[in-house]
Amino acid sequence: MHELSLACSLVDLACQRAQEEGASRITALEVEVGALAGVMREALAFGFEAACRDTLAQGARLVIIEEPAKGVCSACRVTCRLARFTITCPACGAAALEISGGDRLCLRAIEVA
Amino acid sequence: MCTDCGCHPHHPDDTPHTGDPGDGYASRRLLVEAAATAANDETARHNREAFRRQRLTALNLMSSPGAGKTSILERTIRHLAGRRPVYVIEGDQQTRNDAERIERAGATAVQINTGSGCHLEAGMVARAVERLDPLPGGLLFIENVGNLVCPAMFDLGEQAKVVIISVTEGDDKPEKYPYMFRAARLCLINKTDLLPYVDFDPGRCRQLARAVNPHITCIELSARTGEGFDAWLQWLSGLA
Repeated sequence: MHELSLACSLVDLACQRAQEEGASRITALEVEVGALAGVMREALAFGFEAACRDTLAQGARLVIIEEPAKGVCSACRVTCRLARFTITCPACGAAALEISGGDRLCLRAIEVA
Repeated sequence: MCTDCGCHPHHPDDTPHTGDPGDGYASRRLLVEAAATAANDETARHNREAFRRQRLTALNLMSSPGAGKTSILERTIRHLAGRRPVYVIEGDQQTRNDAERIERAGATAVQINTGSGCHLEAGMVARAVERLDPLPGGLLFIENVGNLVCPAMFDLGEQAKVVIISVTEGDDKPEKYPYMFRAARLCLINKTDLLPYVDFDPGRCRQLARAVNPHITCIELSARTGEGFDAWLQWLSGLA
């Protein structure tokens, strides 16, 4: 359940950014969740509610932007979408696939009032 | 914030003060673009830099509960006695049991109890290292909370991550928990003395580990009999 810890970090980042701008309330967090980020959406949403309590983000909406996983093969240079973690290139079969997207959890933006 | 009424910070002069923080403005969108682990990663960078200055070799040991992390450490500490100072940070949800075992084996230990937490974070390690106050040239083992999922996501500032699996588990663990095996530089396959009694195929395990991480090194050993420890100790001395 590392999602609770990650949710707390996201809320901390949001509060820092809001304070820099002198905003008094955060109404939404836009969070990118990569398909290979190793994060369960439901667990993140559950942790998010708890993490927002008694902060500037209390009552904020969690807007999840799902990012599909992408890979690029360093042997044949093909780029592809990935359904799960693998290093085998679906085009040429080489064990040379590198993840090129969809493996991170990040705070893209916040909405403040 | 407006000093007159507490409304929006950039309160336009021609709008009335209402005291509503959102007054006169639809909500604003502010870009952030930061990884959720940004704060942990920053602390991990500090740790890594401090370890380099102190000439401390730090390893992050991870496994399921019961794979034998502490038993491997006990034997390793006895092997290294008198050769190198060894320090251990023990991460568990509760108790000082493991720290006590490590101290009996002859190393200095600090126990971190994470309570409900399922992994160690860089800040916990930084505070533990302060308490250890290690000598230069030492070896620091960070024994993470027994868990093959969450610890893989948190950099602690270690030089390398080591994943341990035991032959009483399934040999397809690398396929089931690819993040952990992708993050690790070394995979120790422990409890090889039990191989005659289980269906675990070490060759298959190695093959599946390399399928998610072609750079991973695998060493088979037994913390109970000491079989395979030469290879592990050699790997360790190659790091420093």
